[in-house]
Amino acid sequence: MSLNRDQINSIAHLARLSLTDAEIPVYQDSLSKIVDLVGQLDAAQTAGIEPMAHPLPGLAQRMRPDVVTEKDQHELYQRNAPQVEAALYLVPKVIE
Amino acid sequence: MSAPANGGWETVIGLEIHAQLSTKSKIFSASATEYGAGPNTQANLVDLAYPGVLPVLNAEAVRMAVKFGLAVGAQVAPRSVFARKNYFYPDLPKGYQISQYELPVVAKGHMDIVLDDGTRKRVGITRAHLEEDAGKSLHEGLPKQSGIDLNRAGTPLIEIVSEPDMRSAKEAVAYLKKVHTLVRYLEICDGNMQEGSFRCDANVSVRRVGAEKFGTRAEIKNINSFRFVEKAINYEVARQIDVLESGGKVVQETRLYDPDKGETRSMRSKEEANDYRYFPDPDLLPVEIDAAFVEGVKATLPELPDQKAERFVSTLGLSEYDAGVLTSSKELAAYYEQVAKLLAGGKDATKEQAKLAANWVAGSLAAALNEHNLDITETRIDAARLAGLLNRIADNTISGKIAKDVFEAMWTEGKDADAIIESKGLKQITDTGAIEKAIDEVMAKNPGQLADYRSGKDKLFGFFVGQVMKATGGKANPAQLNDLLKKKLAG
Amino acid sequence: MHTFTLAELAKKLRAKEFSVTELTNSLLGRVAASQPKLNAFITVTESEALARAKTADEAFAAGKAGPLTGLPLAHKDIFCTKGVRTSCGSRMLDNFVSPYDATVVEKLDAAGMVTLGKTNMDEFAMGSSNETSFYGPVRNPWDSKLVPGGSSGGSAAAVAARVAPVATATDTGGSIRQPASLCGVTGIKPTYGRVSRYGMIAFASSLDQGGLISISAEDAAMVLNAMAGFDPRDSTSVDTPVPDYVATLNAPLAGLKIGLIQEFFDKGLSADVEKCIREALSVYEKLGATLIEVKLPSLPLSVPTYYVVAPAECSSNLARFDGVRYGYRCQDPKDLLDLYKRSRGEGFGAEVKRRIMTGTYVLSAGYYDAYYLKAQRVRQLINQDFRRAFGEVDVLMGPTAPDVAFAIGAKSSDPIQMYLNDIYTIGANLAGVPAMSIPCGFARGLPVGLQIAGPHFAEAKLLNVAHAFQKETDWHRRLPDAFAKEML
Repeated sequence: MSLNRDQINSIAHLARLSLTDAEIPVYQDSLSKIVDLVGQLDAAQTAGIEPMAHPLPGLAQRMRPDVVTEKDQHELYQRNAPQVEAALYLVPKVIE
Repeated sequence: MSAPANGGWETVIGLEIHAQLSTKSKIFSASATEYGAGPNTQANLVDLAYPGVLPVLNAEAVRMAVKFGLAVGAQVAPRSVFARKNYFYPDLPKGYQISQYELPVVAKGHMDIVLDDGTRKRVGITRAHLEEDAGKSLHEGLPKQSGIDLNRAGTPLIEIVSEPDMRSAKEAVAYLKKVHTLVRYLEICDGNMQEGSFRCDANVSVRRVGAEKFGTRAEIKNINSFRFVEKAINYEVARQIDVLESGGKVVQETRLYDPDKGETRSMRSKEEANDYRYFPDPDLLPVEIDAAFVEGVKATLPELPDQKAERFVSTLGLSEYDAGVLTSSKELAAYYEQVAKLLAGGKDATKEQAKLAANWVAGSLAAALNEHNLDITETRIDAARLAGLLNRIADNTISGKIAKDVFEAMWTEGKDADAIIESKGLKQITDTGAIEKAIDEVMAKNPGQLADYRSGKDKLFGFFVGQVMKATGGKANPAQLNDLLKKKLAG
Repeated sequence: MHTFTLAELAKKLRAKEFSVTELTNSLLGRVAASQPKLNAFITVTESEALARAKTADEAFAAGKAGPLTGLPLAHKDIFCTKGVRTSCGSRMLDNFVSPYDATVVEKLDAAGMVTLGKTNMDEFAMGSSNETSFYGPVRNPWDSKLVPGGSSGGSAAAVAARVAPVATATDTGGSIRQPASLCGVTGIKPTYGRVSRYGMIAFASSLDQGGLISISAEDAAMVLNAMAGFDPRDSTSVDTPVPDYVATLNAPLAGLKIGLIQEFFDKGLSADVEKCIREALSVYEKLGATLIEVKLPSLPLSVPTYYVVAPAECSSNLARFDGVRYGYRCQDPKDLLDLYKRSRGEGFGAEVKRRIMTGTYVLSAGYYDAYYLKAQRVRQLINQDFRRAFGEVDVLMGPTAPDVAFAIGAKSSDPIQMYLNDIYTIGANLAGVPAMSIPCGFARGLPVGLQIAGPHFAEAKLLNVAHAFQKETDWHRRLPDAFAKEML
C-alpha cells in the first residue's frame, strides 16, 4: 500500500481527527487507493504550464472601502455556542 | 566594528515585527478594530468563521502596506497572493490564518540605523506581507478552561521580516525603534506595545567569529517592550554560548521571554514542528497593484524621519544627535519646528535660534515629559508658550539659568513666561550701574578674598560671581557680570 | 397541481385558478407523504412556508406579484437559512441554526418564492449517491432500491417526484448534473462566479457553484434570473450583468455547432445510455444543428486532478468545525486536543474524513509540488482544452453519467468506484464553465441525462439549446408512477 500506518496516524493528527484502531487499516486502504489514483497525474506533460488557482483567469481581487458596517450581535451569534461564559467561548485550558 | 566579540562568538539576529495596521475595519470583514471592547462584541460572522462566510479585502490595509514598502525603499509587488497557513488553535477560528507566503506585497527594502557610537548600519528588510491577526485566549478566573475572545481576530497586520543583519542586542533595539518611529510617522500603526499593536519576535543564533554558516537559531516570541528585547536577546545569546561551550547543540525551537525571571524558556505546546500546508487561498483572487495605485500612495507619504533629520542638520545647523532626538516622533518634530518658527517671528530660524529651540525641546521639555510619563501630544507647555519663554532668553530679559525656574513654574502653573517673570520679579539686571554697585559692595565686604585673588588665586573669581549673583537674587546678566567683575577685580 | 412547471404555475396563480396557500398546502402534504419513501428532506419549514404563502397571496391580490412570487421551492441543506437548521447533511451541524441567510436564499426570498424545506444531501456535499448523509440515504423516486445520485440527491429526488417544482442545489464535481441525470430532471451548474457562494457552506472553494434542479429549462431560466448576479460579499463573484435568460429561450437553433467530446464516448459508457444520447443528438440535427467531433485530450485526467484539488481545499475549509463556536462538541473533552479530535472524529462521517485526510496529505510538506501544484498545472491544461474546443463549436454535448442509477450500497464500499461516477462532469468544474443535464430518454426503465456545456457565461445559450430540445420531446415531463397521483 502507498501509505503506512504511521503516515495515517500522522495525517489524522495534523487534521485533528480521532481514529480508532479498527479504523486505521480501513483508511490506510482507501487513502492508498486514492493516492494511487492521483498518481496518474505524474504522467501528465506539464513543463512550462502555469498552475491554475482560479478557473476564470485574469481576474484580480476587489478591494472594499475601509468602513465599519458591522454592529455587535454576539448574543445572536453565541446562541449556537456549545459553551459560553461572560461572552467568552470556553475551551479546555490552553497551555502556552 | 560595533558588536562586541563574545569570547570568539558572533551574535546573529533577525527580527520579525508584527504591526497592527490602524484601519477602521478589519482586513477581511467590516467589523470594528477598536481596542478594549467587550469580549466578542467586534466579531462578526466572518471573524467567527461561521459556515458559508467569505473574506473581502480592505483597500486601506493594502494602501498602508504599500506606504510602508515605499518608505523603506522596497519593491511593491504588482501581483501578490494571499495564502492559507493551516493550523489548529482556539484563537484561530477558521483553523487557518490568511497570510501571504510566496508572493508578499512588499519585498527587498532596508532600514538605516545609527548606533550609540555614531556608526551607521544598513539592515535589510527581506519582505513585509499582509495577514490577519488571531483572537485572544484568556486564562484568569477559569480554573480548567480558557476563554476565547475573537475581537482581535481579523485585525490587519503587516509582518516585517528583517535579514539576519544585526549583530548585537543594541543593534536590534536600534532597528526596532527605527521601525517603530517609522510606522507612527506613516500613521499606519499606533505602535502601542502594551496594547499589542506592535509586537516583535527575535530570531537569535551564535557562531564562531569568521564562520561562514549561521548557527541554529531559536525564536523568541512576543516581546512587548524595547527593554525586554535587549534583555531577552542578551540572555538568549549567553544561554546558547553556554550550551555550545559545554559541548551541547542549540535546539531550533520557539522560546518565550519571562520578564519576571529575566530568562527565555522553551514553549512546550509549540515544540512539535507545525506543517502549515500553505496554499493560495481560493476564496481570494490575486491582488493587483498598478503604477497608479502606487503613485496615489506615494503622494500621501509624509517627510520621513531620516529626511527630516537631514534637513534639520543641513538647513538648521543642528547636530546629528539633536536632529535624531527631535525627529524621533513626527509630533515632536512638528512641535520643535513650530517653536523655532515662532522664535524667528515667522521667518526662517537662524542657526542660533534653531539651536536654542533644540536645546530646550530636546532638553528641559523632553525631561519633563519623561518624568511625567507624557507624550509630546500631552505636553503642558505648548509650542507658543515655550517660544514665548525662549524669546525672553533671546532678548536678554532673563538668563538661561533663571529660564529653567520659569519653565518649572510654567509647567506646574500653566501660565505664560511673561506672567511668571512679572509676578516673581525675575527680570534680569542688565543695568551696568546696578551690577557695578553690587560688585563694589561684594568687593568691599570681602577684602581678604579680594587680596588673595589679586595675588594670584584665580579660582576665587567663581566665589565673587556667586556672591554677586546672590546679592542680586540671581538676576544679574551673567555675561555683563563677568565682564564688569573682571575689570573691577583687576583693579 | 404537482405536475405543473413553474412557468405553468405562475400563469395559473395569476389567473387565480388556485391560491399560493392552496398550492403550498398541497405540496407540503406531498412532502410529508413522500418522506418515508424518499427521505428527500432534512427539515420541512411548514409554518414559514404558509406565512410566506399568505404574503404572496396578498401580493397577488394587490396586483404586485413578480414573475416568481408564490412559487414553491426547496433549498439544498447546504444553503444557510436564517432561523432554520442548516445541517449540510452532517451530524457536525445537526444542532446548527443559522443566524443568517445565504445570498441565494435572500434573493429568492426577495423574489417572493415560498420555501418548503431543506433537502437531504451527501455530507458536506461529498458524494455521488446521497448515501453519506447523517440523515440516511435518499431514494430514487423511479426505484426506491436505487440511489438518486449526489450530492444534491434530495433536491433531485424532490423535483423528480414533483414534491417541489424546483430546488436549489450545488455542484463541485457534478453534484447537480449527475443526480439530475439519474432522476430524470433538469439541472444547471452556472459559470464559476455567476452565483454567489456567500452562505453556501464551502466544500472546495474554487470548484463549488450554486445552481438548481427543475422540471424544465424554462423554469431554470426563470429562477436563474433571480439567483445569479454579483455579490460584494463574495470575492470570487463576477461583476458581469445578468441577461434575461427567459427572453432568449426561443432563439432559433439553426447553425448551432455541437461538439461531441470524444473522450466521453469511451468503454466506460454503458451501451444503452449511449444509444439514448445518440438519439438525442439526432433530434438536434433535425433542428438544424451540426455535430462535430472534438478532442479534449487532458479530460481523462479530470478525476485525479479533482481528487487532489477538492480534498486539499476541503481539508482547509472544514478546519473551522472544531466544537468551539457552533456545531457538534464531544462530551467531556479531557483537554484541547481531545476536544478537537473527538468533536471532529465523531461529528464527521467516513467519506468526509477520508477527503480531509487526503487533502491534508497532498498539501503536506514534501508533497505539495508533486500533487497540488501538479494538479493545478493539469487544471490549466484542461482549461486550455475547453477553450480550444469552444473556438470550434458553440456547445459541447455528451452523456452526464456513464450509467443509470445504481443500487443503494452497491458502490459505497469502494471510494474509487464511487468517484468514477463523476468522470464526465468534473471537467466543467475544473474549467469553471457552465453545464446542464436534461433528461433524454430511458435505459432499462431508468432516466438518462444529456450533458450540455458552454463557454464561460453562456448560460443563456445553454438554456436556449435545452429548451429547444424540450419543445421537441417530452422526456422532461415524465414522472415516476409512484408519484403520479396528486394525493400520495
